[in-house]
Amino acid sequence: MSEQTEKLIRDSFPDAVIETTDVFGTLNVKITPASLVPICELLHEHGFNYLADITAVDWAPPSVPPLQGGKQSGLQGGKQSGLQGGRIEVVYQLTALERNEKLALRVDLDRDRPEIDTVTAIWKGADFQEREVYDLMGVVFVGHPNLRRILTPENWEGFPLRKDYVIPD
Amino acid sequence: MSSRIRTELVEINMGPQHPSTHGVLRLAVTLDGEVVVECHPDVGYLHRGIEKLAEMRTWVQFIPITDRLDYLASMLGNAGYIYAVEKLGAIEVPERAEYIRVIMMELQRIASHLVFFGTMALDLGATTPFLYAFREREDILDLFEMVCGARLTYNYFRPGGVSRDLPAGFAEKAKAYIKKQRERLPEYDDLFTNNQIFIARTRNVGVISAEDAINYSLSGPSLRGSGVAYDVRRADPYSVYDKLDWQVVTYPDGDALSRFMVRVMEIRQSLSIVEQALDALPEGELKCKTPQRLKLPAGEIYHHIESARGDLGVYLVSDGGEKPYRLKWRAPSFINLGALNSMVKGWKIADVVAILGSLDIVLGEVDR
Repeated sequence: MSEQTEKLIRDSFPDAVIETTDVFGTLNVKITPASLVPICELLHEHGFNYLADITAVDWAPPSVPPLQGGKQSGLQGGKQSGLQGGRIEVVYQLTALERNEKLALRVDLDRDRPEIDTVTAIWKGADFQEREVYDLMGVVFVGHPNLRRILTPENWEGFPLRKDYVIPD
Repeated sequence: MSSRIRTELVEINMGPQHPSTHGVLRLAVTLDGEVVVECHPDVGYLHRGIEKLAEMRTWVQFIPITDRLDYLASMLGNAGYIYAVEKLGAIEVPERAEYIRVIMMELQRIASHLVFFGTMALDLGATTPFLYAFREREDILDLFEMVCGARLTYNYFRPGGVSRDLPAGFAEKAKAYIKKQRERLPEYDDLFTNNQIFIARTRNVGVISAEDAINYSLSGPSLRGSGVAYDVRRADPYSVYDKLDWQVVTYPDGDALSRFMVRVMEIRQSLSIVEQALDALPEGELKCKTPQRLKLPAGEIYHHIESARGDLGVYLVSDGGEKPYRLKWRAPSFINLGALNSMVKGWKIADVVAILGSLDIVLGEVDR
């Protein structure tokens, strides 16, 4: 199943795919940020009707001081996209409910200016999830109808899940 | 002279201190007379930053925090996290432990659905069913107390198994409970489920179609109440669910009554699962050996289970160390709440309570 989906994406958007990996049986496709919405529309047409999860991982550069008591990560998290200031990786977990096929889309964003188009027009369930990623990780979802903080107060400073976030006393 | 009476929109707050919001949830509701025009949930009052806390704790130290998210179904919080850890770490689990886990997870699902049954009744003005439901839930909490000493925050699951064995007399007590619960479920129906007032307040109220429910990423009983037979226990079987005989419960109408009925019928399914697991419980080890200081290999995993509220996903990234590099908790209550606005639009303010109740959210999990 996942071979067909990979072929579908590669055939329709030959320049969009950066790499594919297998994560415990789930096809993970890293794509260019600009191709996210067209690929999501394509996948939605081909049965991926369920957006299970949106999240983001902060791959801070080594210059960012580690958390108190933590050790600096040596993990690269896949192929680098040439973002020297570090990157924020947004991960979308999709499911095609009819055939129970799973797929994850991944995009690398510039850590200093993370921006990506919203997918709320395709899956309404993305509304709260994108707000959460914005709130905690600082990713701006361009075109989101109501991009406000959701879990922290509106006047909160900083993005708590960033690796260089300083925890207030 | 115009026959139309001029009306003005009014904005009101429901909550954060309001009994029918099930915790600290504020709904900013815009009303045209009694009719809801907009309803925006304001969440975060219980936000504790558990995803950040996870990055400062070892893999095992995080288990007690999973008790405190969906605090009406702590065993399932334990389970969601532990299955992700075990899969990432390729940790084997003895079969006896898996059967004990299924017993705990399904008893927990019943306990959670009982709270739902009671609070839904309470929201709609019937106080007695709440007492019935809590009376039976007490028996489940007694069983949990026998097993792990705690009544609400169990900290019972461990990577590779469970923390301790079932004590002597557990199976007998559990079977006595199942018998009693089965006898009392018809009483619930007589008292509340078949009550005309209850049915009038929930049938065809807050309808969401299957297509919309999927588009809003609803999950659990709230999705199955729209006729979508998606249950993670069946779609991506974990533990020993594929060895047991049970049905995925769905109701087709997508209204508050359907969502209610899914949970009421799931109690019966879960009773059957617990009974089968008790009968099939094999002898053997409780926990496989794991290192004192557990390290998981570098990599990542997204794993999900069916909690009492829906599709509970846990995304873990490990850098090979003793602590998570990143942990994300896909809380079904949070995502289900995202559909509330579309479900209550056009309904009366009193229906907001019925529709919110039918989603069965827990704010500990919404806010994390």
